[in-house]
Amino acid sequence: MVTVKTRRKIKAIISKILMLIFFVFLAFLALLPFYAIVVASFAPSERLFIDGIRLNIDPKNFTLQNYITLFTDKTIYYWDWYKNSVILAVLSTVLGLFLSSVVGYALAVYQFKGRNVVFLLVIFLMMIPVEILLLPLFQMEVSMKIINTYAGVLLPFLVSSTAIFFFRQYASGIPKDFIDAARIDGCTEYGIYSKIMIPLMKPAIGAMTILLALSSWNHFIWPLIVMRTNDMLTLPVGLSSLISPDETNYSVLLSGSVLSVLPVIIIFLFNQDSFISGLTVGGVKG
Amino acid sequence: MRKNKRSLISRFLYSQKIAPYIFILPFVLSFAIFFVYPIIKTVILSFQGMDSSGSMVFVGLKNYQSLMNPHFFKAVRNNIVYTIIMLLLVIPIPIILAVMLNSKNMLFKKFFRAALFLPSLTSIIVAGVIFRLLFAENASAPVNAFLGLFGIQPITWQLDTRYSMFLMVILSVWTAIGINVIYFLSGLQNIPVELYEAADIDGAGYWSKLFFVTIPQLRSVTIYVLTISIYGGFAMFAQSYIFWLTNSPEDSGLTMVGYLYKQGFEQGNLNVAYATGIVLVIIVFILNVIQLKFFGLFRKEDA
Repeated sequence: MVTVKTRRKIKAIISKILMLIFFVFLAFLALLPFYAIVVASFAPSERLFIDGIRLNIDPKNFTLQNYITLFTDKTIYYWDWYKNSVILAVLSTVLGLFLSSVVGYALAVYQFKGRNVVFLLVIFLMMIPVEILLLPLFQMEVSMKIINTYAGVLLPFLVSSTAIFFFRQYASGIPKDFIDAARIDGCTEYGIYSKIMIPLMKPAIGAMTILLALSSWNHFIWPLIVMRTNDMLTLPVGLSSLISPDETNYSVLLSGSVLSVLPVIIIFLFNQDSFISGLTVGGVKG
Repeated sequence: MRKNKRSLISRFLYSQKIAPYIFILPFVLSFAIFFVYPIIKTVILSFQGMDSSGSMVFVGLKNYQSLMNPHFFKAVRNNIVYTIIMLLLVIPIPIILAVMLNSKNMLFKKFFRAALFLPSLTSIIVAGVIFRLLFAENASAPVNAFLGLFGIQPITWQLDTRYSMFLMVILSVWTAIGINVIYFLSGLQNIPVELYEAADIDGAGYWSKLFFVTIPQLRSVTIYVLTISIYGGFAMFAQSYIFWLTNSPEDSGLTMVGYLYKQGFEQGNLNVAYATGIVLVIIVFILNVIQLKFFGLFRKEDA
């Protein structure tokens, strides 16, 4: 009896150690690229042409020049891109939360004609690559004169089918008694949404805030098409515009990339659990 | 009289019958304006073309026929190969990692979960910037330097067409593994404990519990990941753009969306681009319907 127990214990310890070693190796692979770009961002950018990035930290080569360029060079648009990305993320999150949650709420709570059709369309949209609509949407925006504006980037994707789906699932789980009680108290249908449902859906709202903000922050192909002038680009589009076959501006590219991911990582580290529940409901489309 | 009318309207708007329609208005409007209208336009224009006088005329399947060219075939092939490789990597590996992370013998779970997940926070563009540097062609660039330790000559990763697919895949794998691990972890945590207890009573061992309880229970998460991976595989664009912009050597990084982008936004062959879009949506839609039918999602949801 004792030997079986000890044998089992030894087995558990061995499996603990093996898994630990394996995951240390995996974490190393996952984090190495971050390490590489941070180290590279503190190295002289001229060296990059000659010998690429190096992974060892060389105190002789340490320089803040790339970051100084980022903050002092008046000819670059980096902070415009930053501003645009922040504004777009805030607007698309706030408006998207409101516009998607009302739909999800209605699909969950009300019985009405056409409900199932709308719900099926929501699911259908989650499976269709919006990329096929780039061209007609672009032409539509040209005639609406909203090319190169925030509205142009925001409007077509403001109502998120993933968020509707999630809010619908979440609101379905809320007992109907709350709603009936509010109705008896004389609450209007809109009052029920704003006074009863919003507080009850708080966890869902938190999760969707992260999903919507992150997908806006990382969105690439649509702002690439809509934004036409340098001062209107977003971070991913602006950073990619620095890459050119003739001359890549590594100085801004490296330090700028680091500073574009850093806030996201910091926010994640402080809100791990809500991040994870936010992202498990819908993919982050790059 | 006016007051009366207003209260009628407001009573109408506030009624329990009308309220849901007002609530779903954002979706209906957005769907009509930004989906139905452009899709109809896309279908119509994909059958049109410019005649010699410069006006739009119906040209039948001409735009679709013009897709029968080596560039477009290469793009389709790239999307298919890319999607298959991605499916083989970013579903099984995350399942294994999630099962390990979820086991009681795992130490520092939260740390490793965060470490694996961090790459999923970066945009493909920033990830691409990093991978361009890691896979630079210099002998002293990290990957070449590492291979050099084994006596392998430096590789010109981005110029050598044999490695194009590899570069796009490894970039995507790096950003996708973490989020998929999170999906499967949340799936694992939703499995009722009673199932394992019942299996224990039946005397099931570790492996039979894994294959007969855990993996079948992950079905709906797997379907979800499969659906978004197929979507992502066929909508892929940024992974190629960040390495070669829109001109990869011998089209080795060309994708259908890339082809659409080139035709529509660079070369001005709008009608061909419309046809490309239609082909793309048909392919993804058929694949997803087959996939969902195969796994029986519709049946389960409707019941």
